[in-house]
Amino acid sequence: MLRYILKRLQALLISLVVASLVIFSAVEIVPGDPASFMLGINAQEDTIMALREQLGLNVSLTQRYFTWVTGMIQGDFGTSYTYRTPVSDMISERMVISLPLAIYALTLSTLIAFPAGIIAATRRGSVADVSVMGVTQLGVAIPNFWFAMLMVVVFAINLRWFSAGGFPGWDAGFFAAMKALTLPAIALALPQASILARVMRSSLLDTLSEDFIRTARAKGLTRRQTLWRHALRNALIPVLTIIGLQFAFLLAGGIIIEKVFFLPGLGQLIFQAITQRDLIVVESVVMLLVFAVILVNFTVDLAYGLADPRLRRSR
Amino acid sequence: MSLRKLTTAVSMAALITGTAHAAQTDITVGLQLEPPHLDPTSAAAGAIDQVVYSNIFEGLTRFGSDGSVNPGLASSWDISEDGLTWTFHLVEGVKFHDGTDFEATDVVFSLDRARAEDSVNAQKALFEGIESVDAVDAHTVKITLSAPNGNFLFNLAWGDAVIVAPESIETITTKPVGTGAFTFANWVQGDAITITRNADYWGDAPALESATFKFISEPSAAFNAVMAEDVDAFSGFPAPENLALFEADPRFQVLVGSTEGETILSTNNKMPPFDNVKVREALAHAIDRQAIIDGAMFGFGTPIGTHFAPHNPDYVDLTGGSEYDPDKARALLAEAGFADGFTTTLKLPPPSYARRGGEIIAAQLRDVGIETEITNLEWAQWLEEVFRGKDFGLTIVSHTEPFDIGIYARPEYYFQYDNADFQALMDDLTAETDPAKRSEMVATAQKTISGDYVNGYLFQLASLSVANAKIQGLWANAPTQATDLTGVSWTD
Repeated sequence: MLRYILKRLQALLISLVVASLVIFSAVEIVPGDPASFMLGINAQEDTIMALREQLGLNVSLTQRYFTWVTGMIQGDFGTSYTYRTPVSDMISERMVISLPLAIYALTLSTLIAFPAGIIAATRRGSVADVSVMGVTQLGVAIPNFWFAMLMVVVFAINLRWFSAGGFPGWDAGFFAAMKALTLPAIALALPQASILARVMRSSLLDTLSEDFIRTARAKGLTRRQTLWRHALRNALIPVLTIIGLQFAFLLAGGIIIEKVFFLPGLGQLIFQAITQRDLIVVESVVMLLVFAVILVNFTVDLAYGLADPRLRRSR
Repeated sequence: MSLRKLTTAVSMAALITGTAHAAQTDITVGLQLEPPHLDPTSAAAGAIDQVVYSNIFEGLTRFGSDGSVNPGLASSWDISEDGLTWTFHLVEGVKFHDGTDFEATDVVFSLDRARAEDSVNAQKALFEGIESVDAVDAHTVKITLSAPNGNFLFNLAWGDAVIVAPESIETITTKPVGTGAFTFANWVQGDAITITRNADYWGDAPALESATFKFISEPSAAFNAVMAEDVDAFSGFPAPENLALFEADPRFQVLVGSTEGETILSTNNKMPPFDNVKVREALAHAIDRQAIIDGAMFGFGTPIGTHFAPHNPDYVDLTGGSEYDPDKARALLAEAGFADGFTTTLKLPPPSYARRGGEIIAAQLRDVGIETEITNLEWAQWLEEVFRGKDFGLTIVSHTEPFDIGIYARPEYYFQYDNADFQALMDDLTAETDPAKRSEMVATAQKTISGDYVNGYLFQLASLSVANAKIQGLWANAPTQATDLTGVSWTD
């Protein structure tokens, strides 16, 4: 087992190094200079040079790469070119919005998708099934930003139940903060729930046609008992995989929804940093996301190894 | 409910209704762009001035909403006979927000920092003529110039020339400390900046106790925020197409004013065929300004015929020299040897005036035989390729700096207009202090660049703001990029 872990760990490190190289070169290749962006169209060339010097941009690419990497190893993500504040502070400020929002959206989508998928699968062909399939078809097709704008018009402008957007901060109280995240979470959850419900349904249908279900029924279990004790557990594996993927997406992928509701989340941070050529922020945030994904994969690998002894032994 | 509880409840209710009748003393102002940091003296971002100008930081002089230059931290000044020595008398008893005194040494520090060798001031040119800055006593500063400068007081009013303190310079980007009527309170990055009334302010106390600037980049989200009354005002409203809706709604007022933004079809004067003045003249006649204003800006904007703000008393209306006349444009092109037209590039930065305007201009140019290849660029790319790399045929951009006709005297500037007479004229203008002569020279300058058809002059950008109908004192015009809240109040 130890050898297996070491092997996995080695793969993890190699992935990180490769990722850092790819991210760094991809970002540095993009045309545009942070100093000239900051100083605008009346700046003189010598002023731009002075700012480049101040920002530490006047050293070679390799030197900058190594400063960045060694900094990160020590937990220092560098200082933003435009904001002049530590990147790690900026990330954590955005995380307190993006992380709860992703969890909120994922919870909503699971709460909707599970019952819908189960009902559709167990009553295949019924009115319930057809309507679940119809609604989820729509849910996948409707662009979530359009749906978000629609909700703003109805709930914020006409009914005045919610703000049109923005985030009051957790200092304003748990409920005020959750309220501000509610419309965005619904907008994010809708397409995710639709996909999840469909996956749930087909996975459950597959499982229900397996031999062991017939055996369970034959040994005298009711339909309901078979469903809860045997079918659901097995059907859940592909569903969980999808949920994992969705979570990674929700963390930074909700940028359009963040824009519609002017939420200062991680997606907006990356977007803003790219337009301002705040390269160090882009590099560090993307690296952090990559690290998170790689770490999750590593954990999953370990879990597989624990669950399946064959994986451990195979070289 | 006991009697005591009841009376408490009643008095509470009275208290609540009582405060509801008093005028509101806080305001939430929407802005489209968030400042990258809060030091107006080390970045060009107009978003910084939008928050800090006159609210947090003040200069020796300051802009009024009509563009006039008024006394600021300097209450008066004397100019020597030869125009080289300026003695500024500073307001006494002024304190910075951190409690330190504002004195002549702070002025010396600020101006020396801005003009230093390693200065990162985006408008360093403003300070170019300064030979030395000396503190005569605690409240008197003597500035010596190398040549007379008729623009000097105007230059000192810019946000890039505000007075900062050496004690707080290290943290100026995140905790700005100035002398203004408001102190910086809080910044939730990506979301909002809050400022609160400065109790020790040397001038008239502002009516507002606190103000929050909320940053909403998306035009549709800006519209929603105003409609849902999440923000009380939106300065620089990004969706002109929606203004009619606000005008029709009694809850809101719409403020349409002028800005210093000359929107031009910038032309690479060194690149063939634009090095031929006939081609540039043809370009000018091929453009229908009103169609661009109507199509790209929904009717907001004033046509211009030169690089100068129409609300300025010295403005000369030269739109007649480049009136829309496609036949004349075709004839001029034929004369220049391009009877069959030619193909060029049109590189567009992100603002909607450029993207929407670009499509319209491309169609108008096609009509006279000029084909354009449109490329949409981000700002950073635009700065790299067009502004610094000078790799473009045509581009559309709004020059928002006030009184910036001087850029035509810089041959290395991106549109590369090189006219020795014009450069000499600008030198003379800078040295001239007599107002009448200055007006005359400014008029000549406008006519020169218009007659040379340096760029296609399109329109002056309008300043568009929406506010709650009960708010008064907001600036309608934008003589500099500022949201001066010192005179803003609620009417009831």
